[in-house]
Amino acid sequence: MTEPAQDSYQDGNALAGPLREIFAVDVTAAGGQCVHCGLTGPVASLRVYGHAPGLVARCPGCDEVVLRLVRGPESAWLDLRGTVSLRIPLPAQGVPDGSEAGPA
Amino acid sequence: MNGRRLVWRIARLVEIRDETPSARTLVFQIPDWPGHLAGQHVDIRLTAEDGYSTQRSYSIAAPADGERVELTIQRVPDGEVSPYLSEELAVGDEVEIRGPVGGWFVWRPDGTAPVLLVAGGSGIVPLMAMIRARRQAGSRTPFRLVYSLREPGERYYAGELRRPDPGLDVTYLYTRVVPDGWARPPGRLTVADLNTGGWPADFTPACYVCGPTGFVETAADILLAMGHDARAIKTERFGPTGG
Repeated sequence: MTEPAQDSYQDGNALAGPLREIFAVDVTAAGGQCVHCGLTGPVASLRVYGHAPGLVARCPGCDEVVLRLVRGPESAWLDLRGTVSLRIPLPAQGVPDGSEAGPA
Repeated sequence: MNGRRLVWRIARLVEIRDETPSARTLVFQIPDWPGHLAGQHVDIRLTAEDGYSTQRSYSIAAPADGERVELTIQRVPDGEVSPYLSEELAVGDEVEIRGPVGGWFVWRPDGTAPVLLVAGGSGIVPLMAMIRARRQAGSRTPFRLVYSLREPGERYYAGELRRPDPGLDVTYLYTRVVPDGWARPPGRLTVADLNTGGWPADFTPACYVCGPTGFVETAADILLAMGHDARAIKTERFGPTGG
């Protein structure tokens, strides 16, 4: 296989599968804020470097690490120390979104 | 689709369509497929007899159609997965697929903002899903596609994009070889290309850009310079893990 260049990266979209393994909702559509520079934007806009033993997502504004995810054989490690907060879009409370059948 | 665990499902290849000499569309039948949005992708996992397993992400090429899921795979020379998928996998063979994933780089048929699609090479795949979803829904949302390629022989979905599709404008850009009599000399994407083939920023279009990293950066920079809102520009880069 061709070795990727050290500066090559993917969008945060690439986190969608690995994060969906952990969370019940799509976290790449969530808005996050970077601890280092305060930039806000969707997780999908982070720069993801996948050639580490895991996934390292960096801020597109300041290039600092925002999120790290390592999938081991029996567990996943999620390091969010570079993230101030995540704003996760959800259906309005008490309003069924139609995606799940309710109890009979 | 929220609230369900992401699981690996067995997908059986039911149809193959050649797109170019090095790319083909694979149609899989996946029992209990939960449906998907245009722009989402799936992960494919291949496992060898010795247990070695590897996975790749591929964009879905067509809107949801029951248990049928279409992918278009470009063969990456010396790649680990794509040569197998684009050359060896035969109708009836099975792979593991999980998805759909990704809720950001998506277009929904209830979207009313005009849409600009900017594709570099095989970056056309998720954008084609949006074009097909628009047609399937009978949407009147105006679409413009600017599709940059090295040469005419690399066009995906050429016949389908040639057929009239009211409200969809298609502009081809060639970077190396142009057809006879083509007015634009071969070259990379420029401001003039997106001025002519795109929408003015005050139409507040939704912009989707997909392609190799350098192409995506150039296109996004041009759109920002043209005055488009950064929040209206969604990008998907092909990563180094392709192959």
